[in-house]
Amino acid sequence: MSHSHTDHEAHNAEAIAEIKKVTIILSVFTIIELILGFWMMSMTSVGLKLAIKGAIVILMMAKAFYIVAYFMHLKHEVKNLIMTIVVPLLLFVWFIGAFLWDGNSFRNLRNDYDSYFKEQATIKVEKKEGEEHGAAKHEATDAKHEATDAKHETIGTSHETAKPAVEPYY
Amino acid sequence: MSTTTTASPNEAKLWGGGKSPFSSEYGKVMMWYFLMSDAFTFGAFLISYGTVRFSTNGWPNSNEVFRSFPFAPAGVHAPLVFVSIMTFILIVSSVTMVLAVHAGKNMDKQGVVRNMILTIIGGLAFLSCQAWEWNHLFHEGAWWGANPFLNADGTASSTNFTNFFFTITGFHGFHVFSGVVINIIMLIMTLMDKFEQRGHYLMIEKAGLYWHFVDLVWVFVFTIFYLL
Repeated sequence: MSHSHTDHEAHNAEAIAEIKKVTIILSVFTIIELILGFWMMSMTSVGLKLAIKGAIVILMMAKAFYIVAYFMHLKHEVKNLIMTIVVPLLLFVWFIGAFLWDGNSFRNLRNDYDSYFKEQATIKVEKKEGEEHGAAKHEATDAKHEATDAKHETIGTSHETAKPAVEPYY
Repeated sequence: MSTTTTASPNEAKLWGGGKSPFSSEYGKVMMWYFLMSDAFTFGAFLISYGTVRFSTNGWPNSNEVFRSFPFAPAGVHAPLVFVSIMTFILIVSSVTMVLAVHAGKNMDKQGVVRNMILTIIGGLAFLSCQAWEWNHLFHEGAWWGANPFLNADGTASSTNFTNFFFTITGFHGFHVFSGVVINIIMLIMTLMDKFEQRGHYLMIEKAGLYWHFVDLVWVFVFTIFYLL
């Protein structure tokens, strides 16, 4: 009787220790993500930025693993249950790969064959610095209209037969 | 004899009938399958965001868009600070949820009540933060179909950015809201001794699975919208 009681106590302490451990891991990973995020702000090298983004994605996946495995207790379930949940989710590998590849290819094709689309990416719009923070709604929309007007003018001067600038490009 | 059976339940025993082969309760297994389908919904949203972003030449810099903080004086920009607070609120509320589930396993009613209250407070705090951020962005002119922000390189941006941001964070916020409602129902049921009468706190575990899923989705939403 007393044996099973101490067993229960030990199991209890083990479970609490696991919760503590996972909490610390999740917090540390989040802090590392944030440090990388802050570091990335002042970064100019595209390659290094991409590497940092890769590291952030790895940390994100690690956090997801710890939440699912320990907080949602999946690691302590029966193997059959784990498999019925994890195996269908592998479809995401294909989804992400296929769709991002497709999006990238679509952009390249449009840059090659849609001169309007390509031109849009070169026209700078004047930035309204002061009005962005805490501005009232109508002021902000005014700024937006001005921005659209500015865009319109640039298009009008540079490209007579271009489509109307207010029409969104997708 | 008893030690060998508890050490490793073999396959024949597992599928021999008379017990759940997943050694899990029906409702819990179904909650897992629901969460899996929900993961595909969120996945579809986030992948479409990624596809559109990859098919566009420019994109707004999240550090310029999400740089405000409540009560900060005008002109003070604090990118990433507010959203990191939101992230930690959700992590902490997830931890209190685990503690509530753990207390439920020990039939510790007081522990369940205390931790459920803390989880509900965390959920409400997160929702308040999100309400503030949405309100702030709305007053900057951002909404579905309206994007006051420029691309990082200074070119005009399409409304795809705000459309995806409000749709996906809104869908997640709606999940948080339903999670808070579910947690409040669980708290009331605990206080009414429903689970004491049933002899188990399995409902708390199911609500816990849902709540952790909400936290899990935020891990992805936070990383994809605010960091990448």
